[in-house]
Amino acid sequence: MVDVTVIGCGVIGAATAAMLAKYDLSVMVLEAQNDVATGTTKANSAIIHAGYDPEPETQMARLNVEGNRLCKEWAKQLDVPCKEIGSLVLAFDEADLAMINELYRRGVANGVPELKLLSAEELLAMEPKLSHEVKGALLAPSAAVISPWDFCLALAETAVKNGAQLKRSAPVTAIEKIEGGYRLHTPQGVVESRMVVNAAGVFADKVHDMIAPHAFTTHPSRGEYYLMDKSQGALVDHVVFQCPNKDGKGVLVSPTVHGNLIVGPNAEPVAEGDDVAVTADGLAFVRRQAAKSVPEINYRDSIRNFAGVRAVTDQPDFVIAEAEGAPGFIDLGGIKSPGLSSAPAIALQAVELLGKAGLTLKEKENYVFERRETRFKELSSDEKAKLVEKSPAYGRVICRCETITEGEIIAALHSPIPPVSVDGVKRRCNAGMGRCQGGFCGPRVQEIIARELGVPQTEVLQDKAGSRILLCKTKGEDAQ
Amino acid sequence: MAQKNMICITCPRGCHLSVDTQTGAVTGNSCEKGAEYGKNELFHPMRVLTTTVRLEGQTGSRLPVKTAGPIPKELLFKAMEEANSRIVHSPVHTGDVILENIAGSGVALVACKEM
Amino acid sequence: MTEYHELIVVGGGPAGLAAACEAWEKGVRDILILERDKELGGILNQCIHNGFGLTYFKEELTGPEYAGRFVKMLYSTDVKVKTDTMVLNITPDKEIHAVNTFDGYLVLRAKSIILTMGCRERTRGAIGIPGDRPAGVLTAGAAQRYLNIEGYLVGKRVVILGSGDIGLIMARRMTLEGAKVLAVVELMPYSNGLNRNIVQCLEDFDIPLYLAHTITDIEGGDGRVSKVRVAQVDENRMPMPGTEMEFDCDTVLLSVGLIPENELSKNAGLELDRRTNGLVVYENMETSAEGIFACGNVVHVHDLVDFVTAESQAAGRSAAAYLAGNHAAGKADLEVKTAGHVTYTVPQKLRLANVEQSAKLFFRVNQVMPKAIVTVRSGEETLATFRREHMAPGEMATVTIPRVLLEKANGTITVTAEPAEEI
Repeated sequence: MVDVTVIGCGVIGAATAAMLAKYDLSVMVLEAQNDVATGTTKANSAIIHAGYDPEPETQMARLNVEGNRLCKEWAKQLDVPCKEIGSLVLAFDEADLAMINELYRRGVANGVPELKLLSAEELLAMEPKLSHEVKGALLAPSAAVISPWDFCLALAETAVKNGAQLKRSAPVTAIEKIEGGYRLHTPQGVVESRMVVNAAGVFADKVHDMIAPHAFTTHPSRGEYYLMDKSQGALVDHVVFQCPNKDGKGVLVSPTVHGNLIVGPNAEPVAEGDDVAVTADGLAFVRRQAAKSVPEINYRDSIRNFAGVRAVTDQPDFVIAEAEGAPGFIDLGGIKSPGLSSAPAIALQAVELLGKAGLTLKEKENYVFERRETRFKELSSDEKAKLVEKSPAYGRVICRCETITEGEIIAALHSPIPPVSVDGVKRRCNAGMGRCQGGFCGPRVQEIIARELGVPQTEVLQDKAGSRILLCKTKGEDAQ
Repeated sequence: MAQKNMICITCPRGCHLSVDTQTGAVTGNSCEKGAEYGKNELFHPMRVLTTTVRLEGQTGSRLPVKTAGPIPKELLFKAMEEANSRIVHSPVHTGDVILENIAGSGVALVACKEM
Repeated sequence: MTEYHELIVVGGGPAGLAAACEAWEKGVRDILILERDKELGGILNQCIHNGFGLTYFKEELTGPEYAGRFVKMLYSTDVKVKTDTMVLNITPDKEIHAVNTFDGYLVLRAKSIILTMGCRERTRGAIGIPGDRPAGVLTAGAAQRYLNIEGYLVGKRVVILGSGDIGLIMARRMTLEGAKVLAVVELMPYSNGLNRNIVQCLEDFDIPLYLAHTITDIEGGDGRVSKVRVAQVDENRMPMPGTEMEFDCDTVLLSVGLIPENELSKNAGLELDRRTNGLVVYENMETSAEGIFACGNVVHVHDLVDFVTAESQAAGRSAAAYLAGNHAAGKADLEVKTAGHVTYTVPQKLRLANVEQSAKLFFRVNQVMPKAIVTVRSGEETLATFRREHMAPGEMATVTIPRVLLEKANGTITVTAEPAEEI
């Protein structure tokens, strides 16, 4: 029997596992998909919110502000791309001005540092590409942009490096209460665990219902996005929000941590938590709304559309509690926005709840909370020269658009959580993230995956199970 | 007199031909090849087949090949079958005959690349 | 350590090969080609179909044969080649940073540079096709590489979006290799491919071409494409309700346009043309930086490699003239503007001192015109008119304007094309 099992390896599960791995405990992580960071974690606005949105005194307010600080600290320790670029909430009329004043008040109450109300003149001097219809804005310098999947990966790797076990393609299908803990059923076998953390994202309500009386319901809400080429990445320097109003939360325009521009999302209720299709109407809405903030976005430079699903529930706040009648079974459910920003603080709270439930938290001696990645593109000419001299594989550029070398791809394939798909490689080292979207490098990445993992190229997946790229060899070659 | 309209595929210019279905006389062509194409297309259409054959060796896994001249259109798939069962070994030179008389057409399949 | 060369050619595809050969022919003796792929020849290596070379070699060749002839020509010279070598950066003062596994990190300097980086394919993200994002949605060129170079079939039931030549050629190739191509879907009311390809790639195999249609939804919740929906579009290219068709398929190939690859040019601060996404060039294929030339698809997307060769030879000659000091630098005498149905021209700028007998302008039009009149004006004055038949957006057109006429122009010339009936 293991001490703790974390169900779900999105950013919440990964952060919790990384924090648990600090202690002398046996930790198991069960992930339904073939890789970590594949649900809400990989498809969101990728923003570390400052924390002026949540109502003061709520759990969400506290976790957001504490999480904001920790995200940036952890990103530095784990070498995760993260930039503190600050955010703006734009006001276009009197009602908006009242709203940004209200947000300012909330932010101050929540302890958000350095908030400032800007006049239209100050704002346009700072961000000249914004619509000249703006009347003012709230500036929150502590907001940041991050690579959310890399953050999750870094945390999951930290957990694994410190002894946690990760099983992928292991969705929990049933949970039984047994003497001294729980028995979790997965297609990969049974796991018995004294305590359980339910970090199953949009499916957390279903996992909860396997063991406890129904307590909350997820109403998945889909958000669609445009990702633009780096040529558009310098259009704005801050995360640009609109005021939440009666028509919804508004659409944001922001540089990404990789230098692209992200535009979105809309909010559309969907029946299934994994419905991440994009729609013509959704994208049209995003374009229309974004034009209010930044009129000059050139959609010809779009390189990808995507959608993510938020784990919105029937509760206003996050659901972070021990499940009723299930001692040691901790729900981390309904982690909607600002979930990513709050992830580190949620993880710490989960550990605290497990401790209260009777888990012994004795710190290990050799816990390592550090990671260093080699990113060829970011090196100086001299460093590049030295690296290639030492390991020639860094001298072969595979992804032209993002300048990702074979050395980086090989390193990813031999990392603590080796990817099994082309997109898995992309999430680890950015190959295929650029403007050609893997058109040139996809086949070569596939070749390297097949070679390094010792599988036929036809078995290499694009992303999740079932996403084979090549159906067969021609001329009956693989039939022999 | 019935006319059949067609687009000449002899070169990228794509002339709009009109062919007399009785005599095979062609109008709308810009060159002699076009007249020949129009007439052939009406009575016995011919195509050049370009494809690949399996290659073994260090230089790659597929060798591009073509029929040395046009073959009857209806033989395309039969010719593909023959090409698909052929395996060649590097080195191969441009113009090397890979299959003689493919699909009984009297035309050879030849290599298009040094590999 | 910096390595010096007279001329560095960035790219060893058809443009780079022709430019290097021509520069050698004109006396340049220290030439280096940097090619990112493992072999020379560029995209021609995967274009195994025929139709290349009719203009230049006066015979019909396949892509690999056409490339092979230039490679052979190159090997008869002492032009140096580094394959599997990626150029990372080019500075305006002609310093090139590159990397490979055998030389390591390279810093090179050249007196002259010819840019021939080619182009890339537009992707699903650029056109925003709604639906799931499963495996099995590929650009036609990626599928072509898998099929023709590596010998993999990417799918068995295929819908192709876009009727550009690569899409049409792939419809035939996939069919011959045993796949079923269910439809070719084209947003515009006309095809952007060559007529001959519609005949021999679609009609020969009874593959339906749906003009003025588009894909409105891709389904593939289980990881691989399972279905697409296709609808007719109205004049504003918006899908019309009630016209939907469904295709059960496992693959969608995209042939929706090519974009010149100018990231290196942008870093070097070179002037780009928003209409072509390519470099702005003078009459001698020189870019906005003196001594840096460009040719082929990095300038504008061509439909015939023979034209690439001709353009690249011009660039090679110009680089040789530049290195020999026979070259007029400085500002343009004439800017070439467009009007009517003409969407762009190459070159965009002319310096008469470098124009010998005449200047040749390449351009495209934005609608199909069975008969058209192309007019070159300067202000109100008509310098020349040309009659053309079968002009179409998919087919590059040219006009050759004698120098004596250009001398009459004042500052700008404007190229227009109108359907002949309207005139």
